[in-house]
Amino acid sequence: MAQTAFAPWTDPDQKPIIEFRNVTKSFGDFTAIHDLSLNIYEREFFALLGPSGCGKTTMMRMLAGFETATSGHIFLSGKDIGHVPPNQRPVNMMFQSYALFPHLSIWDNIAFGLKRESKDKNFIGDRVEEMLRLTRLTKFAKRKPHQISGGQRQRVALARSLAKAPKLLLLDEPLGALDRKLREQTQFELMDIQEKTGTTFVIVTHDQEEAMTVASRIAVMDEGNLVQVATPAQIYEAPNSVYVADFIGDVNIIEGRATQPGEKTGIAWAEGQPPILATPTKSLQAGQAVHFAIRPEKVTIDVEKPDRPNTFRGKVIDIAYLGNISTYHVELAGGQMIKAQMVNARRLANRPITWEDEVWVGFTDTAGVVLEE
Amino acid sequence: MRRLVLIAIPYLWLLALFLVPFLIVLKISLSDIALARPPYMPQLDLSAGWEGLKSFFSELDFENFVFLTTDDLYWKAYLSSLKIAVVSTFLTLLVGYPVAYAMARAPEEWRPTLLMLVILPFWTSFLIRVYSWMGILSNEGVLNQLLMWLGIIDTPLQIMNTTTAVYIGVVYTYLPFMILPIYSALEKLDGSLLEAAEDLGCSRLEAFWLVTWPLSRNGIIAGCFLVFIPTIGEFVIPSLLGGSDTLMIGKVLWEEFFSNRDWPVASAVAVVLLLILIIPIVLFQRNEQKQREAEG
Repeated sequence: MAQTAFAPWTDPDQKPIIEFRNVTKSFGDFTAIHDLSLNIYEREFFALLGPSGCGKTTMMRMLAGFETATSGHIFLSGKDIGHVPPNQRPVNMMFQSYALFPHLSIWDNIAFGLKRESKDKNFIGDRVEEMLRLTRLTKFAKRKPHQISGGQRQRVALARSLAKAPKLLLLDEPLGALDRKLREQTQFELMDIQEKTGTTFVIVTHDQEEAMTVASRIAVMDEGNLVQVATPAQIYEAPNSVYVADFIGDVNIIEGRATQPGEKTGIAWAEGQPPILATPTKSLQAGQAVHFAIRPEKVTIDVEKPDRPNTFRGKVIDIAYLGNISTYHVELAGGQMIKAQMVNARRLANRPITWEDEVWVGFTDTAGVVLEE
Repeated sequence: MRRLVLIAIPYLWLLALFLVPFLIVLKISLSDIALARPPYMPQLDLSAGWEGLKSFFSELDFENFVFLTTDDLYWKAYLSSLKIAVVSTFLTLLVGYPVAYAMARAPEEWRPTLLMLVILPFWTSFLIRVYSWMGILSNEGVLNQLLMWLGIIDTPLQIMNTTTAVYIGVVYTYLPFMILPIYSALEKLDGSLLEAAEDLGCSRLEAFWLVTWPLSRNGIIAGCFLVFIPTIGEFVIPSLLGGSDTLMIGKVLWEEFFSNRDWPVASAVAVVLLLILIIPIVLFQRNEQKQREAEG
């Protein structure tokens, strides 16, 4: 059964649940967010991704109400929430430190928000039980936060922030404190819970793998600006800048100049070497400076010259063996280093390429991305 | 074996510096007043051997404790001390908590200075500081002069030699003991807890009562004990500031010892005071222990 892809951002009739309109935030002389506009849609799992200090946490704190924008407006379901205090927003946040109340049991932690709305006891009890089941914490209801493990604490924090059924859930580096195995497992749990509850999630993270795994769309941020907002696949396969290409995953970036631009373009990248044949997304001027970005897994490495649009001769300098894959660092004739990644389909002893070998690297004319300066 | 030695050191310390003096006081409280040096009978004469020990014990009795019940001065003084200690502990908490809260919320680079300022009064003699309050509170004192100059009052307020002066003196003297433990509890408080409480629908005030207050509970309890215990036996403040109006057990104790030279009755007063203090503390700690075990 084919499902229609979830992509409300492509539909012009869809109203965004959150709208940042020309938002600027300054702290004294320092501008954390520069005139930023962004739409987030209902049921999205939206990731704000960037290095520390890029302004992603400030964005989240503005949504929670802990910071107010210096200028511009933030709308939630069409309503300007600029001056609504945090305790009156239909928004809940899961804190990086979890911020569980140490003097309250798990049950009371989850019930905390519900009790503030002074709903009747039965309703609170049922809702807390439901949250405990959802996060598989029923056994631990009576314990205090210091008596459970880190992963369980993380789930309590999630249950507590979901208990009030917020329109929007904010997650501030939610998995930062967990070890790798648990983190991966929890990522899928998060997606599962997001689908079950239908809540809009906004997650802040500096971990690109985490953003790629969980998010429907990712906003890559740098120094208070949005660099690219797109689906994980678009961000990875069609980055719009060197910054995004470099931030997400591993990439080879080759500087050069466009030659004979057209539908296909050549990129002259080294003296005495054949130009790289690539497919630009925009028309280029002849002689224009460009960056050519290509992912290592799209570069093949062979002993014999392969039949591909781009082939270059090089020497293996280094091999990083990662078990399932190996990354070869190959020095091309012009001194340019290029990384090629190969799946280790065969066992180690059968593979022919080793250090100092002369090899051919190859890729198709659509494998890489041409980025303007 | 090494563990045993390590544990033995603090126990020996307690034994030598607390239990032995207490037993001596207890012994004196069971003796009779005598015109001698030291002024009580019987004396323990170890050279007389077993017979001496037997006659020594046969002469001890609870006469002095019975005497405490016959004169209503004593139980009135105990009650009055308790009342003064409870009220002044509460007042100290009322003043100390906001100070500790403000200190814990101050910018980090200010905190060592603020701590220093809280401790600073300890650098001058306690006696001098209490005397200076006499200069402030007396009828011709700084406070009355200021109030009259401002035209708020026409005749000087009688603060000196009243219980009010004692409260002022106690709150002033013991304030640091209240501030420091509360400050250390509040300083550890994670600010994101308050944000979380607000995020979940609390107003600032609710967040304070539901998060900050319970999490500073240990500091409050420690501070209250540190103020309550010395206040109940306080002698200097009531005798300098409280005048003859203020009845406190510390003053009674002093008079028994130095005016009456009745060491046995004075010792009995001290033993009863100790019991009054120890029983609630032990009960409280038992309760805490039970609570911890219930959570365990």
